[in-house]
Amino acid sequence: MTNAKNVSLSILLLIVSLSLWEGIVRFFEIPIFILPAPSKVAVALYRGLESGLYLTHLKVTLIETVLGFIAGSALGFLLGTGVAMNRYIDYFLYPYIVMFQSLPKVALAPLIVIWFGLGLSSKVINAALVAFFPLLVNTMVGLRSADEDRISLMRSLAASDRQIFWMLRLPNALPFIMAGLDIAMIFALIGAIVAEFVGATSGLGMLIQSMNFNMDVSGQFSVLLILSVVGLVLNRAILLVRRRVLFWDPSEKNAVEAAEVEMAETRRVPARIPAKERST
Amino acid sequence: MRGIGVDAIEIRELTKEYASRAGAVTALDQISFAVGEGEFVAVVGPSGCGKSTLLKILAGLLPTSSGEARLRGTPIAGPRRDIGVVFQSPVLFPWRSVLDNVLLPVDVQRLGRDRYEKVAMDLLALVGLTGFEHRYPWELSGGMQQRVAITRALVHDPAMLLMDEPFGALDAMTREHMNLELQRIWLEKKKTVLFITHSIPEAVFLGDRVLVMTPRPGRILEDVAVDLPRPRSLEVMNTPEFGRYARAIRAQFAVQGALDG
Repeated sequence: MTNAKNVSLSILLLIVSLSLWEGIVRFFEIPIFILPAPSKVAVALYRGLESGLYLTHLKVTLIETVLGFIAGSALGFLLGTGVAMNRYIDYFLYPYIVMFQSLPKVALAPLIVIWFGLGLSSKVINAALVAFFPLLVNTMVGLRSADEDRISLMRSLAASDRQIFWMLRLPNALPFIMAGLDIAMIFALIGAIVAEFVGATSGLGMLIQSMNFNMDVSGQFSVLLILSVVGLVLNRAILLVRRRVLFWDPSEKNAVEAAEVEMAETRRVPARIPAKERST
Repeated sequence: MRGIGVDAIEIRELTKEYASRAGAVTALDQISFAVGEGEFVAVVGPSGCGKSTLLKILAGLLPTSSGEARLRGTPIAGPRRDIGVVFQSPVLFPWRSVLDNVLLPVDVQRLGRDRYEKVAMDLLALVGLTGFEHRYPWELSGGMQQRVAITRALVHDPAMLLMDEPFGALDAMTREHMNLELQRIWLEKKKTVLFITHSIPEAVFLGDRVLVMTPRPGRILEDVAVDLPRPRSLEVMNTPEFGRYARAIRAQFAVQGALDG
């Protein structure tokens, strides 16, 4: 009952604010190249989708994002594992990683485009660079946060370091890794779009840029709408995987809220505190 | 079952020192004792008397500073496969079901799941957890989790059990119940048990012998043989004999306290 009520209330709110927006734009005769009315955005969206233009560019951006996500996450995971498990890697590499961490990664996009061209590879590399960091930090912290008692237990069973890694440290790190993947996915999208801004022949970011030159603001709004839907869908996809993988983690019940907080913040610290021991 | 005359645990003039900022701290000072095969020995003492250190040494998790520690005749040189350890907290793996948690030693020591699954199920029945095999740790109460931990310590059929205040985190009622359960399991399995606790009644109730330890430095003050018939029921705690044992042990700590003051 309350749920249905809430849904209808939020739909009503949406209709009211859209009408208000429409009314203000018409009443004050705001030029379309400053702020388009929702009806104009809807028309632009329809035309873009109908002609297939948006879908072509959407496909490009999606491929860049997903490839960047996979490459960046894999790299972040491997490096995070290296730093957590090997003190030489930790000692020699970690200072540089910290330096790299404090750099706004999107600032590298112009360089990347110069080095790797206007095509797919520069976007994938930029997306990977932006996506890799949350995974590196979360993997590192997750692997290191294995409970002392659990390690003692494994040792008392005469487990090898390799067994302790596979049977204890890695599963223990999974909640952290999944939280890292959550952020990495959104970061990869940011990385791909920014690289498209800098120089590209296709993609939604390039589309926004060219619409901007043509003062097609309602077109831009419609692409932004698509981008937010893409972000949401990608995030939910990760969430779905996360729920399946972390079925044993009681804190997963709050994963939806947690994911929303993570999206809102661009954090440098690990996105998750260790799950409390549930012994009593 | 080695040759007659070989003790399950044999400790001779064992000393353990820790380096700390204030200098060396002696956790265990020249302690000596032996535990016979199949015997239930409780170690009781206040916190800081080195009883957990002793257990970690026996489990092969800590090296000794000097002296000798042998399990079934062989010196301890790291973790061994013929012991089972139960810690104060259940230390279950939340991503493993109850059955998979119990089978952890089997997985680690590659003993073959198909053979040991039956063993695990029988042990779970012994501790009263039939029907919970496919549940996950968070679905279990504290007492049930600790029973899973005990089952896990038994699954690879170790010669002895080392228990470090296993019921310390449980409420008084559950704790008494677990004491009864442990006695029942022990009477059935006849493993050597070294049971560490800071509860005098628990030590007297469970032990064939009670080793009384004092802190700073950790020493064994007294080795009390508890001559109460088995199986012991909770009512035994109300008997004068039980009271005498408990009082005698408590008196040891009182004397020690006077020495400290």
